[in-house]
Amino acid sequence: MTVNGAFIPASEGLTVSQLLEQRGYQESRIAVEVNRAIVPKGQYQSHLLHDDDIVEIVCFMGGD
Amino acid sequence: MLHITCNGQPLAVSDGATLQETARQQLPNASVIILNGFQTNADVQLHAGDSITVIEKGVMPPADVLEHMMAARHTPHVHTRVKQACVGIAGLGGLGSNIAAMLARTGVGHLILVDFDTVDPSNLNRQNYFISHLGMEKTAATAQLLHEINPFITVETHTVRVDASNAVALFGSCDVVCEAFDNPDCKAELVSTLLAQTEHIRIVAGSGMAGYGSSNEIVTKRRMSRLYVCGDETTAAANGVGLMAPRVSVCAGHQANMALRLLLDIEEV
Repeated sequence: MTVNGAFIPASEGLTVSQLLEQRGYQESRIAVEVNRAIVPKGQYQSHLLHDDDIVEIVCFMGGD
Repeated sequence: MLHITCNGQPLAVSDGATLQETARQQLPNASVIILNGFQTNADVQLHAGDSITVIEKGVMPPADVLEHMMAARHTPHVHTRVKQACVGIAGLGGLGSNIAAMLARTGVGHLILVDFDTVDPSNLNRQNYFISHLGMEKTAATAQLLHEINPFITVETHTVRVDASNAVALFGSCDVVCEAFDNPDCKAELVSTLLAQTEHIRIVAGSGMAGYGSSNEIVTKRRMSRLYVCGDETTAAANGVGLMAPRVSVCAGHQANMALRLLLDIEEV
């Protein structure tokens, strides 16, 4: 699958939560889009990822 | 005859009329003359559809003429477009307070300002407030400033904390929402909620504007189909890394300009 523009090998059926953990993201600070549709925060553990999925993860930095 | 507008009103002038003579006829003491958004002392021939503005410095015009004059330096047609628009500003800190002022100057017709906090002394190093605002709710202080900047827009304020339970109720009517919170968890919650629960809202968020690193590292990126992120996406506020007016204002400018571009139907960054 593609994550933030880079191709990465990943196992079929990985959840969004597992992908975030593998890549070291803190769930509370990010927003995730899969194939141009936002994944609601409550669905990170149930949303399964597939081959060819395009994933965008935006991690927010603190400060105003 | 040529049909133009002068100070927002239709005006017929003779064929071959020039800018300077028309301006003097309309206002003998005109000291500022603007043609289609460009201030000029040149004398050029007028064309059908031209918009001219003639201003006598130090003289307060009637309200409808004042509104036209305030937008006279806009690129033509921008003011009419943004006057119909609604933009939400989530958080009125260094980003939000400055974005609000810029969008008010641009004439965005309806602004929805949301912040739970009051103005404190540590805000004044970067946020658009004065000593006289200390202790005031940021929503009230910003609304007061915006009224001084542009009384021709409507400003709606809500002094509440924003979370997943109220984000859509607060911002559902907006064309664009500028995310301007401090806390990264709040940023992520707002963005995820509005993108998941609405079909139309575009969000312009701020992420990474602390410190005094190069201004040129602050950029606008389209990170998702309806999410634009402004900042360096790296430099968080942290122990030893402060937030200061120059870089925060650069980021606020990115956000305000992207919001303006979206209101003008330009989706590219």
